[in-house]
Amino acid sequence: MKTEFNDRSPIYLQIIDIIKMDIVIGKLKSKDKLPSVREMATKFNVNPNTLQRSYQELERLGIVYTQRGLGTFVGEGKNMVDDLKREMAREVIDSFILRMKSLGFTDNEIIKSVSKETLGVKQNG
Amino acid sequence: MDNILISQKICKSYLNKKALQGVDLEIATGKIVGLLGPNGSGKTTFLKIAAGILHPSKGEILIDGQKPGVYTKSIVSYLPDNEYLLKWMKVKDAVKYFKDFYSDFDEKKAKELLTFMDLDEDSSVKSLSKGMKEKLKLTLVLSRNAKLYILDEPLGGVDPTAREKILNAIVSNFSANSSMIITTHLVNDIERIFDDVAFISGGEIVLKGNAEELRMERKMSIDELYREVFK
Repeated sequence: MKTEFNDRSPIYLQIIDIIKMDIVIGKLKSKDKLPSVREMATKFNVNPNTLQRSYQELERLGIVYTQRGLGTFVGEGKNMVDDLKREMAREVIDSFILRMKSLGFTDNEIIKSVSKETLGVKQNG
Repeated sequence: MDNILISQKICKSYLNKKALQGVDLEIATGKIVGLLGPNGSGKTTFLKIAAGILHPSKGEILIDGQKPGVYTKSIVSYLPDNEYLLKWMKVKDAVKYFKDFYSDFDEKKAKELLTFMDLDEDSSVKSLSKGMKEKLKLTLVLSRNAKLYILDEPLGGVDPTAREKILNAIVSNFSANSSMIITTHLVNDIERIFDDVAFISGGEIVLKGNAEELRMERKMSIDELYREVFK
């Protein structure tokens, strides 16, 4: 499988998002071992140093931890998954609202169109 | 961090033509650097100087602290953009040729890479397509345990699926103890493997920096930046 990147923004940030997403949807669970930097670099066809940077940043954020000689593991924080989910949802909502406003929608119109559409999705789904 | 290559004010003239006009460039250990520029910008001339094939007219270049010569050639693995495989050879002869020539040649790695690239040891070089030849040349060059790999247009004349394969081979065979300099004008296909990029035009470096920082600063891909610099 080939992952499409948007080369306009830093690739290490996009890889961080992919890993966060895997944690949120449960593909990666607490204490799961992440593939090595090299495996991931080969999978995405990107520079191993880029992957290293993604892992370091994830570690700094407390999402993963490294055990010397063993590898990198998904963190065990109790609320980590919920926090990540909330954080990612906020990003989606922020950019959605920004784009709706640039289309000229008012707050009320945005709310109305969202409730209408979610209702529609429910009925269809 | 240590630099494997340091170039200071390198100039090169051919008769009246100035090919390089003061190139300053450093390559840190463990990094992959993209040297990007259109045809005739001086990329190949610079690489030939680094590989010890051409002498600079002015300036100094140090590789692992030494001027290009016997020692630097033993630690530099160079992929030229011209043809150097001999027509009578079979793939396995080319491998043997490299093994005899370079003491750092890793035959096991070569075998693995040939399999990965779908190259048959018994094919004759003459019968290989352009893309297959490119894969063979890259296999030979990457099979050396060099400190610096110099790849001149590794994707030239290769179709997109073969490009993926070549990139994959580069990424998975790159070690943190070595460095790489790659020239290309197919920036889009390869920009994700660069740590740093340097844009060269008219024999001068016009812009250089860390690829991720440049993306962040300019809000554009290296490919788009390339188009802007060279429009």
